[in-house]
Amino acid sequence: MAPQGDPILEVRDLVKHFPLTQGIVMKRQIGAIKAVDGVSFDLRRGETLGVVGESGCGKSTLAKLLMALEKPTSGSVKVNGELVDVHKGSNLKRFRRNIQMVMQDPYTSLNPRMTVGDIIGEPYEIHTDVAPKGDRRKKVQDLLEVVGLNPDHINRYPHQFSGGQRQRIGIARGLALQPEIIICDEPVSALDVSIQAQVINLLERLQTEFGLAYIFIAHDLSVVRHISDRVAVMYLGKIVEIGKDTEIYDKPSHPYTQALLSAVPVPDPEGRESRERIILQGDPPSPANPPSGCRFRTRCWKAQEICAVEEPLLQIRPGTDHESACHFAEVHDVVHAS
Amino acid sequence: MSDTLTEQKPKSVKPPKQKKPASLWSDAWYDLRRSKVFIIAAVMIAVLVVMSIIPGLFSSVNAFDPTTCDLTKARQGVSAAHIFGTDNQGCDTYSRVIYGARISIMVGVFSTLVTTLIGGLLGLLAGFYGRWTDTILSRVAEIFFAIPSTLGALLILALVGRENAGIWTVVVALSVLAWPMVLRIMRAAVMSAKSQDYVLAARALGAGPGRLMGRHILPNALAPVIVVATMNMGVFIAAEAALSFLGVGIQSPDISWGLMIADARNRFLQAPEALLFPALFLSLTVLAFVMLGDAVRDALDPKLR
Ligand SMILES: Nc1ncnc2c1ncn2[C@@H]1O[C@H](COP(=O)(O)OP(=O)(O)OP(=O)(O)O)[C@@H](O)[C@H]1O
Ligand code: SF4
Ligand SMILES: [Mg+2]
Repeated sequence: MAPQGDPILEVRDLVKHFPLTQGIVMKRQIGAIKAVDGVSFDLRRGETLGVVGESGCGKSTLAKLLMALEKPTSGSVKVNGELVDVHKGSNLKRFRRNIQMVMQDPYTSLNPRMTVGDIIGEPYEIHTDVAPKGDRRKKVQDLLEVVGLNPDHINRYPHQFSGGQRQRIGIARGLALQPEIIICDEPVSALDVSIQAQVINLLERLQTEFGLAYIFIAHDLSVVRHISDRVAVMYLGKIVEIGKDTEIYDKPSHPYTQALLSAVPVPDPEGRESRERIILQGDPPSPANPPSGCRFRTRCWKAQEICAVEEPLLQIRPGTDHESACHFAEVHDVVHAS
Repeated sequence: MSDTLTEQKPKSVKPPKQKKPASLWSDAWYDLRRSKVFIIAAVMIAVLVVMSIIPGLFSSVNAFDPTTCDLTKARQGVSAAHIFGTDNQGCDTYSRVIYGARISIMVGVFSTLVTTLIGGLLGLLAGFYGRWTDTILSRVAEIFFAIPSTLGALLILALVGRENAGIWTVVVALSVLAWPMVLRIMRAAVMSAKSQDYVLAARALGAGPGRLMGRHILPNALAPVIVVATMNMGVFIAAEAALSFLGVGIQSPDISWGLMIADARNRFLQAPEALLFPALFLSLTVLAFVMLGDAVRDALDPKLR
């Protein structure tokens, strides 16, 4: 599971602005929703990067950009050192074999009119060179077994399975092409708490078995903690802090991360007593009109004048060992605070 | 790791209704077969279809051919010889009503086929491709949509002229104005299916437009179009009768219920049977298709099983 070697995925200055238009016939652009606004990171082989942030901060848009399902406004994505070009069919097809996705809602992510066998076997019909026709059924049954489902259920339809089982079907579909990277967009948030752990355990087992690298998206830090090697915290389309999981959990330096951590339920009762509770004021501002300077300043208790003028860059700050986008970054252990 | 393998017993799986794993289509068919409305409508339509294919089967109960008319026996009431009476020309109304089914069913079936294929295909393209494809197709459809259909068909047929009028001109006139409705319904259904996560998942796998439309979008967008097509069948049959009644549709010597009603209307008091029986058959036919559409909608509607 230890991540090693060169980055398998390199993301640089990725930007996605959705144009806001007015008028029906003569469409005029009157602004843009800055859903993702300059995101950069690396992912190494076998590594899990957790991505955390409130609803609407651009996590799913980032996932779609990484999957080349949305065209970036600017910026680049490289897989194994090769630039992903949305306009080049052959390039894109090869890329799709290497990066797959598990979606949030197991009830809408499976075609209700296809059998499980057809759903998991579809990757082989699209990439016909991966498996000869005669082998496909066997491969699908193997995949069902790998994700812990009964291979005899190959002819069933999605509505005959539970939520957790459907999510396993989605995972099996993602595995079919033997990708090196799987992007999980809130893969367990639609499931019962009791089932969440099972699915996360399955994802971890598959990671060791197949050497997968994960981007694991969630909106709360407690889910990500268990599975991630590194964690990126997003706020309004930008990464505000990124580092190893221990650095983020024990030594958070950005006020937003500290606020998120203070809200995470802690398993042991001792922790709860020592914990500091930081309650954020208000809702996040609209991504169509983000605050100048630091985007977090409207809710930050440490904000100074400079925060409204100068945008804090994501970089290593004095006194911290990982990157943080705050002028006044300062390690403050909220979880174990005394 | 064994804990990941223990979820063998599903928590909320519906008990399968049938032994074989059920697709949504077979579930709908299962519901349909249990609907009384469907059974009644289906039997009525089956009888009408047989009537239109082999009318001799029904009319042979009495000896009269619909075209052998005896003017000396015009405008008779119900009798043992003429169970529905006779019309102005002394033709047997029963035979004519039976033979009239063919035109009604043909107009209904062909107009529905044409409008569903054209409107369905264009709606699929407009909904799937969006942008200028959608803008152009939707605007064109709107122009046709703005014209009231029966009035528009009347206009078209008046321009075509009586001498050219017949079943095919009626089918064309009705179809020209009715396909935009199918386009609208298909387009809306396609747009909602297109935004589903499973379509995104298929795109992430590298599926092309053909596979996306054929495998993922169309099967999930078809239900409302099927319902409308069924109901339209009755609407077209009624419209054909109206156009024939007004003299621009089917022309004599072809037999149409609308035409029969028109012929009989001036002598209604002397021979009400000549009007009542074709009117009754027309109403029952339209009703049967409306009922069928209702039953189909009920079976297809609870889509979120
Ligand atoms: N296709 C689109 N067109 C216009 N705006 C969009 C589109 N997709 C997303 N957005 C906007 O971009 C912003 C980010 O959305 P995104 O779905 O990426 O958020 P998220 O972090 O995944 O939220 P959640 O936790 O609710 O899933 C939101 O303000 C959303 O309204
Ligand atoms: S830069 Fe300023 S406003 Fe932004 S997080 Fe740091 S202190 Fe708060
Ligand atoms: Mg999301």
